[in-house]
Amino acid sequence: MSSQKINPASLRRIILEESKRAHVGHIASALSVTEIISVLYSDVLHIARPDDPERDRFVLSKGHAALALYAALTLKGFLTLEDLHSYCGDGSLLGVHPERDLVGVDFTTGSLGHGLSFAAGAALAARLDGSPRRTYALLSDAECNEGAVWEAAMFAAHHRLCNLTAVIDCNGQQALGKTADVLQMEPQTERWQSFGWRPIEVDGHDPVALQAAFAEAVRGETPSVVLARTSAGKGVSFMEDKVEWHYLPMTDEQYASALNEVAADR
Amino acid sequence: MRRYFARALEDIARDDPRVVLLTADLGFGVLEGFARDFPDRFFNVGVAEANMAGLATGLAEAGYIPFMYSIATFAALRPYEQLRNGPGLHHFPARLVGVGGGFEYGTNGLTHAALEDYGVLRLQPAMQIVVPADDAQAANALHTTYDMPGPVYYRISKREGLHIPALGGRFHPDRAECILDGEDALILSIGAITDEALAAAELLHDEGIRPTVAVVSSLNPGPNEDLKALLTRFPVALTVEAHYASGGLGSVVAELIADNGIGCRLHRCGVSDAPDALSGSETYLNNRHGIDRTSIARTLRESPGL
Repeated sequence: MSSQKINPASLRRIILEESKRAHVGHIASALSVTEIISVLYSDVLHIARPDDPERDRFVLSKGHAALALYAALTLKGFLTLEDLHSYCGDGSLLGVHPERDLVGVDFTTGSLGHGLSFAAGAALAARLDGSPRRTYALLSDAECNEGAVWEAAMFAAHHRLCNLTAVIDCNGQQALGKTADVLQMEPQTERWQSFGWRPIEVDGHDPVALQAAFAEAVRGETPSVVLARTSAGKGVSFMEDKVEWHYLPMTDEQYASALNEVAADR
Repeated sequence: MRRYFARALEDIARDDPRVVLLTADLGFGVLEGFARDFPDRFFNVGVAEANMAGLATGLAEAGYIPFMYSIATFAALRPYEQLRNGPGLHHFPARLVGVGGGFEYGTNGLTHAALEDYGVLRLQPAMQIVVPADDAQAANALHTTYDMPGPVYYRISKREGLHIPALGGRFHPDRAECILDGEDALILSIGAITDEALAAAELLHDEGIRPTVAVVSSLNPGPNEDLKALLTRFPVALTVEAHYASGGLGSVVAELIADNGIGCRLHRCGVSDAPDALSGSETYLNNRHGIDRTSIARTLRESPGL
């Protein structure tokens, strides 16, 4: 594990810069997971090298937050700044959703509901290998609308895959509205518990609380799920919990305002 | 064939610890041997094909060769996007085993009739398709392909004791195997319906119409060079498959003829209508939908261009 700490504000700055340069959206989704990604890549994931077979596996099941992952991989030194600046360019491996051909990406994602099954398979492989490596999957709360998520949840619980930790980015926002209005997923804690998982509820923008949650998750004999309570667009006030920031690129004025807010947060 | 295939898989698993078998709660009377001999590498994942495909993706990423087992329709169609985005896009060596082609599940009804399984799967560029014609070829095909890179779909017959002597168990993904020689027309057959195609050809030989019969057992890629050479030799070709007439072998051959400007008139013997709900045995349904020996022989006999 690298001792290098990744500051969430640094991730936010990169997310804004690259979104603006590439003139693409999905900004709020990436801002929602900055603390989660920061803590995972600073304190949790054991990745000596991106191609180390014994590295911990990470599945960004909510693939539309890939820019947050690219930012972390760059700050870890797995990607170059040149790689990062190719984001969404012609011929780049850094698209809106992550591709396994990119260094540091374990699984291609982008269609919701696939990642927890990938992760359960990866955790099962580690068990068959007798390896201590762990698997982490980051899902969105709306992703849990997908039935396949619950197929994977049942399998992981039945086989007591305690080397698997899921994180749900519970920002309450989905593509066409509030999760509570579109398809109610609460109470998440009770749902996951009833599926045989150990839920750990936490403020998803509090790095210290997230560290504690991940530390707690490795204990016990069942898979754990960190229910991270977050806000879409966190850190940029005019984006927070606004559905349009699932889609919109920023104007020059919005970009300047967003950068100011993030800089003030450092 | 499915039991023969399962025994071959057990033999392979004995020598190769990378082989893992997942089943979506099917395989009664078929998979018990593997489960008994390799309990640490056998997982009944429950009735959850989508998760099974995702699990296989995660296992394959770590170097395992996971086999996924179910009835062909459930195996190929339910988790289609998981197969595409998992083993397909990742080019991982996951293996999908779909049992029961065409109407082999007979009275179980249309939900169990696999009429488009390899047709839709061949659209995934990474997906090798293997459709053995008899037991010996199934075992040989498995030994030949189980550790190839990228995903493979095996369509395995539910029928037992399939034996085509002239085939001799031969399998090579780049070869179309001739099992009957003739000079008047070409019959290309795929899978367990080959015994009906051969019987039809023998009926025609008795009438003085002498078709060659060649077995195609792989698609995507298939034995394209062999097929082109064969198609060039005959004025008329008939494809035979327990599948919709569109999408499978018939379409593959039509594409080859068109792409290469081959002057061969093609007829496709497959299920060309939307099946109705009438129940019955495989024999009844094959006859009803025009893919039994009598229908195959009639189709070729009445073919324009013969």
